[in-house]
Amino acid sequence: MNLVREFSKGIWRENAVFKLVLGMCPTLAVTTSAENGLGMGLATTFVLLCSNAAIALLRGVIPAKVRIPAFIVIIASFVTVVQLCMEAYVYDLYKALGIFIPLIVVNCLILGRAEAFASKNPLLPSLADGLGMGLGFTLSLFVLGAVRELFGSGAILGFSLFGGGYIPFLLLILPPGAFISLGLLLAGMNRFEASRR
Amino acid sequence: MKELSRLALVLTIIAAAAGLILSLVEGVTRAPIAEVRRQETLKALRAVLPPIDNAPDADNVALLLGKDRKGRDLLRTFYRGKLEGKLAGIAFKVVAPDGYSGNIEIMVGVDPEGRVVGIEILTHAETPGLGSKITAPVFKDQFRGKGLDDVDWRVKKDGGSFDQITGATVSPRAVVQAVKIGLEFFREHRAQIVDSKGSAE
Repeated sequence: MNLVREFSKGIWRENAVFKLVLGMCPTLAVTTSAENGLGMGLATTFVLLCSNAAIALLRGVIPAKVRIPAFIVIIASFVTVVQLCMEAYVYDLYKALGIFIPLIVVNCLILGRAEAFASKNPLLPSLADGLGMGLGFTLSLFVLGAVRELFGSGAILGFSLFGGGYIPFLLLILPPGAFISLGLLLAGMNRFEASRR
Repeated sequence: MKELSRLALVLTIIAAAAGLILSLVEGVTRAPIAEVRRQETLKALRAVLPPIDNAPDADNVALLLGKDRKGRDLLRTFYRGKLEGKLAGIAFKVVAPDGYSGNIEIMVGVDPEGRVVGIEILTHAETPGLGSKITAPVFKDQFRGKGLDDVDWRVKKDGGSFDQITGATVSPRAVVQAVKIGLEFFREHRAQIVDSKGSAE
């Protein structure tokens, strides 16, 4: 098992958002700013690491017929643990992300990795897979959030870049802007890949 | 049949273990969460009240606002800030139900005569970069020192006295309207709120 390869595939080759097109609900909903994208990505990464580890350890015990409900219970528990701990100990971050945290449960990226990888592989590769997939997801959300924030409100991470004269392209902040930005980024990535071949 | 009972057993054990872990985590985090929530309320109260030396979250009066859809009582809590034992200001929470997306919760602080000392947006889900500018000081500071009779409680676009935000009129309109209704409620019940013994005494 090549741990480095399991880790790095999630960043580009099997990137969750741009290649597997998984987890679209949080991707489109929360990326109104780079900061939101980053926070959502990191919270998802943490849950993905924990759930991959737990499922890899329990993979011999869980019967195939009830694996989906078992995975959902495990994932939902970790999400709730993350939510409670964030509210208690990092309240400012919790306030910024509060409404998005329960959304992690329905992120099909996490269930997808549990099903496709962690339930068939030992602990270490599953951890590498979870970390890589999670960071790839974080990176995608950050880029998408940064693009939308940059053109939609003329700022990055809250710092204004273009000065007062810039009239923001508001559409990008609104829901249709999520689809448009994602589509353009996907097209750009495909073009880049095609030109390298 | 034997396999079926095995499936049920494994699922039950997993669910029970998850429940156990969750109850442990909940027990550990309950006190810190209650404390940060209390600090959060105190912070908002201090931001909208004049200088005070008591704990306004402990000195409050709850008045009946009406009934909700299920027939339960809706209460509004008035927090009283005092300086050297004398009433300096009253803070209360109002909710604007007609924002661009979801409710906007606002903490309003008034002096004993009913003029606004400050407002603070507690929660909102307005569009980032547009409606979210209701949290900017330049918008919130417009309310300072204004009473019900001093100004026209509408945004300028509707012929009133409050600047709306370029590209977002709905959110400021909702905030102005909610603060106005809150001030009217305060004026109607002023005697009760100012004179009541409250929970602290």
